Amino acid sequence: MSGPTGSTAGQRRPAGPAFGGPGRRGPMGGGPMGHGMMLPAQKARNFRGSLRRLVGELRPEGPGIAVVMVLAIIGVIAQVLAPRILANATNLLFDGLIGKTLGQYLPPGTTQAQAEAILRARGQGQVADMLSGMTVTPGVGVDFGAVGQILLVLAALYLVGAAFQWVSYYIMAGVAQRTVYRLRQDVDRKLGRLPLRYFDSHPHGDILSRVTNDIDNIATTLQQSLMQIVTSVFTIIGVLIMMLTLSPLLALISVMVVPVAAGATLVIARQSQRQFAAQWRETGTLTGRVEETHTGQTIVKVFGHRDDAIRRFDEENERLYQASFRAQFISGIIQPTMNFVSNLNYVAIAVIGGVQVASGTMPLGDVQAFIQYSRQFTMPITQTASIMNVLQSTIASAERVFELLDEPEEVPDTEQPRVLEQAVGQVVLDDVSFRYEPETPLIENLNEVVQPGQTVAIVGPTGAGKTTLVNLLLRFYEIDGGRIAVDGIDAREMTRDNLRRTFGMVLQDTWLFGGTIRENIAYGREDATEEQIREAARAAHVDHFVRALPEGYDTVISDDAANLSQGERQLLTIARAFLADPQILILDEATSSVDTRTEVLVQRAMANLMKGRTSFVIAHRLSTIRDADIILVMNHGRIVEQGTHEQLLARRGFYFDLYNSQFVEPLAEAV
Amino acid sequence: MTRLLTTYLAPYRRQIALVVALLTVQAVANLYLPNLNADIINNGVVKGDLNYIIRTGALMLAVTLLLGICAVVAIYFGARTAMAFGRDVRGAMFRKALHFSQVETNHFGAPSLITRNTNDVTQVQMVIVMALNVMILAPIMSVGGIVMALRQDVPLTGLLAVIIPLMALVIGSLVVRAMPLFRSMQVKIDRINQVLRENLSGIRVIRAFVRTDHEERRFDDANADLTDTSLRVNRLFALMIPALFAILNLSTVAIMWFGGLRIDSGAMPIGNLIAFLQYVMQILFAVMMATIMFIMVPRGAASAERIQKVLETEISLTDPAEPVSVAVPRGEVEFHEVEFRYPGAEDPVLRGISFIATPGTTTAIVGSTGSGKSTLINLVPRFYDATAGQILIDGVDVRDLRQEDVWRPIGLVPQQAFLFGGTVASNLRYGNEQATDDELWQALGIAQARDFVSEMPGGLEAEIDQGGTNVSGGQRQRLAIARAVVKRPRIYIFDDSFSALDFKTDSLLRAALREEVHDATVIIVAQRVGTIMNADQIVVLDAGQVAGIGTHAELMEHCETYREIVFSQLTAEEAA
Repeated sequence: MSGPTGSTAGQRRPAGPAFGGPGRRGPMGGGPMGHGMMLPAQKARNFRGSLRRLVGELRPEGPGIAVVMVLAIIGVIAQVLAPRILANATNLLFDGLIGKTLGQYLPPGTTQAQAEAILRARGQGQVADMLSGMTVTPGVGVDFGAVGQILLVLAALYLVGAAFQWVSYYIMAGVAQRTVYRLRQDVDRKLGRLPLRYFDSHPHGDILSRVTNDIDNIATTLQQSLMQIVTSVFTIIGVLIMMLTLSPLLALISVMVVPVAAGATLVIARQSQRQFAAQWRETGTLTGRVEETHTGQTIVKVFGHRDDAIRRFDEENERLYQASFRAQFISGIIQPTMNFVSNLNYVAIAVIGGVQVASGTMPLGDVQAFIQYSRQFTMPITQTASIMNVLQSTIASAERVFELLDEPEEVPDTEQPRVLEQAVGQVVLDDVSFRYEPETPLIENLNEVVQPGQTVAIVGPTGAGKTTLVNLLLRFYEIDGGRIAVDGIDAREMTRDNLRRTFGMVLQDTWLFGGTIRENIAYGREDATEEQIREAARAAHVDHFVRALPEGYDTVISDDAANLSQGERQLLTIARAFLADPQILILDEATSSVDTRTEVLVQRAMANLMKGRTSFVIAHRLSTIRDADIILVMNHGRIVEQGTHEQLLARRGFYFDLYNSQFVEPLAEAV
Repeated sequence: MTRLLTTYLAPYRRQIALVVALLTVQAVANLYLPNLNADIINNGVVKGDLNYIIRTGALMLAVTLLLGICAVVAIYFGARTAMAFGRDVRGAMFRKALHFSQVETNHFGAPSLITRNTNDVTQVQMVIVMALNVMILAPIMSVGGIVMALRQDVPLTGLLAVIIPLMALVIGSLVVRAMPLFRSMQVKIDRINQVLRENLSGIRVIRAFVRTDHEERRFDDANADLTDTSLRVNRLFALMIPALFAILNLSTVAIMWFGGLRIDSGAMPIGNLIAFLQYVMQILFAVMMATIMFIMVPRGAASAERIQKVLETEISLTDPAEPVSVAVPRGEVEFHEVEFRYPGAEDPVLRGISFIATPGTTTAIVGSTGSGKSTLINLVPRFYDATAGQILIDGVDVRDLRQEDVWRPIGLVPQQAFLFGGTVASNLRYGNEQATDDELWQALGIAQARDFVSEMPGGLEAEIDQGGTNVSGGQRQRLAIARAVVKRPRIYIFDDSFSALDFKTDSLLRAALREEVHDATVIIVAQRVGTIMNADQIVVLDAGQVAGIGTHAELMEHCETYREIVFSQLTAEEAA
C-alpha cells in the first residue's frame, strides 16, 4: 500500500538529466582537459536506423535477453498481483471488524441479509448499502486463519518477485557488459585496420572519446534504461488490466492522467535538455577561459591583463551560473509536477472510491488496491518518458561509434603475398607519384635506386613535408602511381607486416609507452632475451644511464615519460631499433638540441646503428648530409632536387642556398 | 568540506533557511496526507458520510497543491543557492590562482588548477543540490513519519525498530562493497584510456614494428578487466534494488498481520492501519533515498578538499606595503649575487649569479638543459623571488616595486609560445590596446610573420584558436614575438623563443629586431649557438653557476664549457 508520493518517494533512477546532463552519465570523469569538457551528444541523425543497428548488436545475447524478458514478465505479474491480494486481506480485516461491531448490536446468529434489513429499518441505509458490498457474519470477528494464509501467499509472491527481479537484473548486467565489451573490441580492431590517413585527419581526442565516453554512455543505457523500459511497459499493461477488473470507472480516471503525465514530462524534459545544452556550452566557454588563462598565465600577467582576465571570467561565470540554475530548476520541476499529477489522481480515486465504498459498490480493500495501482501506473509512464530523452543521447553516441566502424579500411594485403625472408636492403623508387589531396600533386615521377648500405638524406626547411617519404616507404599511405620495391619485390606484393619488419624506425617524436624500460626496448622484438636487450642498450649508449636509475631496467616510464629527458628517450628508441635489427632504417635527427653530453651520445648511437644498413635519414646535421650517398631536397612537400652533395652544390639551386644559409654562414662565423 | 561550505554558503543563509522551511512544510504536508486518507476512511467511508469524504477530498487537493508549490519554490531557491555557491567558489579560485607566484602555480600545475576550478566545483555543487533537497527532507520525513506513526499506534511502531536497522544493514553492506569497486572501476577506465591514447599517439611506431597484435592484446586485457569490474558493480546493484523492495513489501505484510490483530482487539481503528502503512513507506523511502544520496558525499568531500587547498594556499609573493614608483623606466636589469632554490629543494638551482644587462645591448644566456636558464629569466618579472641576492630594475629591487610596475616595461616571449583565442590582431594588441594596424604590420615584419599573416584568410582579422593550435609551431612563435614587439617594452625577454624557427628565419628576425629595438634591453635564452653568437654579452651557465661571461670571441678563447657547447652543435665530425 503506498501513499501520496512525496519527493522522497520517487523513481529508482532520477528523472531525466538531473544528475549531470544528457550525454554525460556514468562514471567517466571527462576526458583530459586537452579537448575540454565533452559537450552532450547532439540529437541522433537517423534515430530509427541507428536504434535498429544498436539492437542488432545485442543479437548474440538473444537467449539471455529472452530469459530476462520472461523473468521480467513474471516479476511484473507478481508485482501487479500483490495489491490485489493485499486488498483481500484488508477486506477480510474490514469484514471482521464490521462483523464484530454488528455483533455488539445484533443478537448472535443474525445473517448478513438480516443485518442489512435491520440497519435499513433503523434508518442507517448508507451503512446497509456498504454492507451489501461485503461478506459479513455479524458477531464473527476477523478470520485470522484466512488473513494469515493470504499474507503468506503475499509474502511468497513478494519474495518470488524480488528473486526474479534480481536474477533478471543479474543476467542483464552480463548482457550489457558483454555487448559493450564486444563493441569496444570491435572499435579497437577497427582502429587497427584504418589507414594512417584517418588518424592524421581526425583529432585523437575525438577518436578517444568515441571509444570511451560514447561507449560508456551506451553501456549505462543498456544496463539501466533497457531493463526499465521492459519492466515499465509490462507494468503499464499489467496494471491497466488489474485496474479495469477492479473498477472500470476509476480506471478511466487514471488513464486520463496518462497523457497529462507523459505530456508534462516530455515538455519539461525537452526544455531542460535545451537548458542543459546551454549549461554545457557555457561550461565549455568557461573551461576554455580557465584553461587559457592558467596556461598563458605569465603572458597574462606581464602583458597587464590580469584584471581584464578576471573581469571576463566573471562575466562568463555569471552566464554559466544563470544557465546552470535554469537547467537545474527546470529539470527539478519534473518530480514535483509528477507528484502533483499523481496526487491529483490519488485524491480523485480516494473521493470517488470512498463514495463507492460507502454506497457498497466496491469493497474498501479494492479502493486501496486501486490507489496502489494508480501509483504503479504513473511511475512507469514518467520513467518511459524520461528514458526517451536518455535514448536520444544514447543513439547519438551509438551513431558516432557506428560512424567510426563504417570508415573505409586499408587496402587489404594481397592474397598470395611474396615473402621477403632476409632482406638485403635495396630500395627502388620507380616513377613514384603521390598526393595527400587529389588536387595537389606532391611527389611526381620520383625515381631513385638505393643500394644496400647506402644513406639517403632528406633535407629541407621546417614544414617541408619530410615525413611524407616515411609514410610511403612503410606503406602508411598508398602511392598513387609507380612502385616501391624492396630487394626487387613490389611493396604491394608482400604483406604490410613483412614489409615493415624489414624496416626500423627512430623518430624524433619518441614514442614510449607506460611500461618498464626493459619492455620498451623489447618492443623491437617479441622474443628478445635479457642479454639481447642489454646488448642493444649498450650499443645505444643507454645501458650506463639505465643502470644508474634506482630501479634499473625495471624503471616504469611514467605517462608521457616525464621522468626521462628528451635525449634519454631518444636513446631508448635507438636501442629499440637495434634490438629489432632491421636491414633498412628510417631515422629522424633531433632539431631541438638536447643537453650537450647526451647529444653526443645520440649522434654516436645513430652512427652505430646506421653501420651496414640502408638508411633514410631526415637530416639536420651537416656531417650526415655531406656523407650521404643520395640527398633528397624537399620544399613545400615536394622533392625539388636530388643528387649527391657535390652535384647539388654544383647546381647552385635550392640546396645551395639552404646549405649556405643554414650551415656555412653560422659555421664560418663561429669558428 | 564543512569549512568551504560554511564560508561560501554564508551569504545565502536566508535562502537556505527558506529552503529548509519550505522542505519542512513539504514534509508536514506529505505526512498529513495519509492522515487525511485515514480520516476519509474512518469518518467518511465507515460512517458512510459522503459530505465528509468530499470535504476532506477538497482539503487533500489543497494540501497537494501547497505541496507542489512548496516543492517548486524550494527547488528554485535550492538551485539558485547551489549554483551561486559554485559561481562564487569558481570566482574566488580564479582570482586566487591569478595571484599565485610561479612557485604556487608549479606546485599545483595548470591542468590541476583547471580541473579543480571545473570538475571539482561541479561535484561539490551537486552535493549541495542534493543536500538542499533530499538530505534535509529525509531526516524531517523520518522523524515526522515516526511521530505520526506513533500517533496512529504505538505498539505497531515497534516494528520500525526491526525494519529500519535491517534496511540500513542491507544498504550499508552493499555500499561498503560497492565503493572500492567504483574506485577500481575509475582506475580501469583510466587504464583503457591510457592504452588507447598510447595506441593513437604511437600508431606509426606500432605499425612500423608490427606490434598491432600485441597492442590488441593489451587493449583486450584492459577491456576485459574493466568489463569484469563493471559486471561486479552492476551485479551488486542488481541485488540492491530487489532486496530493498523485498524489505519494503515484507514490512507491509508484517504490518498487515500485527495491525490486523490490533484492529481485531479493538485497539486501533482500521483507517489508522492504512495510514500507518503509508507512513512506514514514507519513512523507509526517505531512509533509502538519503542513504543512496550519501554515497555522493565522500566524492564531494574529496573535491571540496582539493578546492580548499587552492583557496588556502598562502601566496608567497606580494606587493610591498610602500612600493617605490618609477616614472619612466630605462630598462637596466641587474642580477646581484642571486641564489634561487625551489622550496624544499636541497641544492639551489642558481648560485651567485651577477651580471648587468644595459639598455641597447643584448645579453644571451646559454647552457645545457637543467643549467637554470629558464629559472634565471623568470626571476626578472618576479615570477619567483630570489632566495638570496637581488634583482634590480633601474637600480630598484623588484621586491620594492608593485608587481604591475615590474611587468609594465617587460616584453616576454615564453618558451612555449602561447596565443589566445581571438584574431591575429587581438593577440598582437594584447600588450598595447592602442596599437594601430600599421604598427601591427610593422611588428609582424620584424617577427618575419608578415608573409604568412597576409596569406591567412582575413589577414590581421584571421581567427586564432585557443592556444594558437591552428597555426604551426614556428608561426605561433613568430606571432608571440610580434606581440612582444607591439608592446614596445623596455626589456625584451626571449626564453628559447627561436628554437622552432629555421636558421635563416632566425637570423633575419634577429637582424630586424636589433634595428628596431636599438635602445631596449634584450635578454635571450637560447640553445642554438647561431642564435646568440652576436650578442654583446653571453652568460654561460653550468649547473646553476656562471661558467663565463663575455663575447663569443672571448668565450671561445677562455671558456671550456662554451667551447664544448659550440663544437657539439656546429660540427659533428668528432662524434661520428
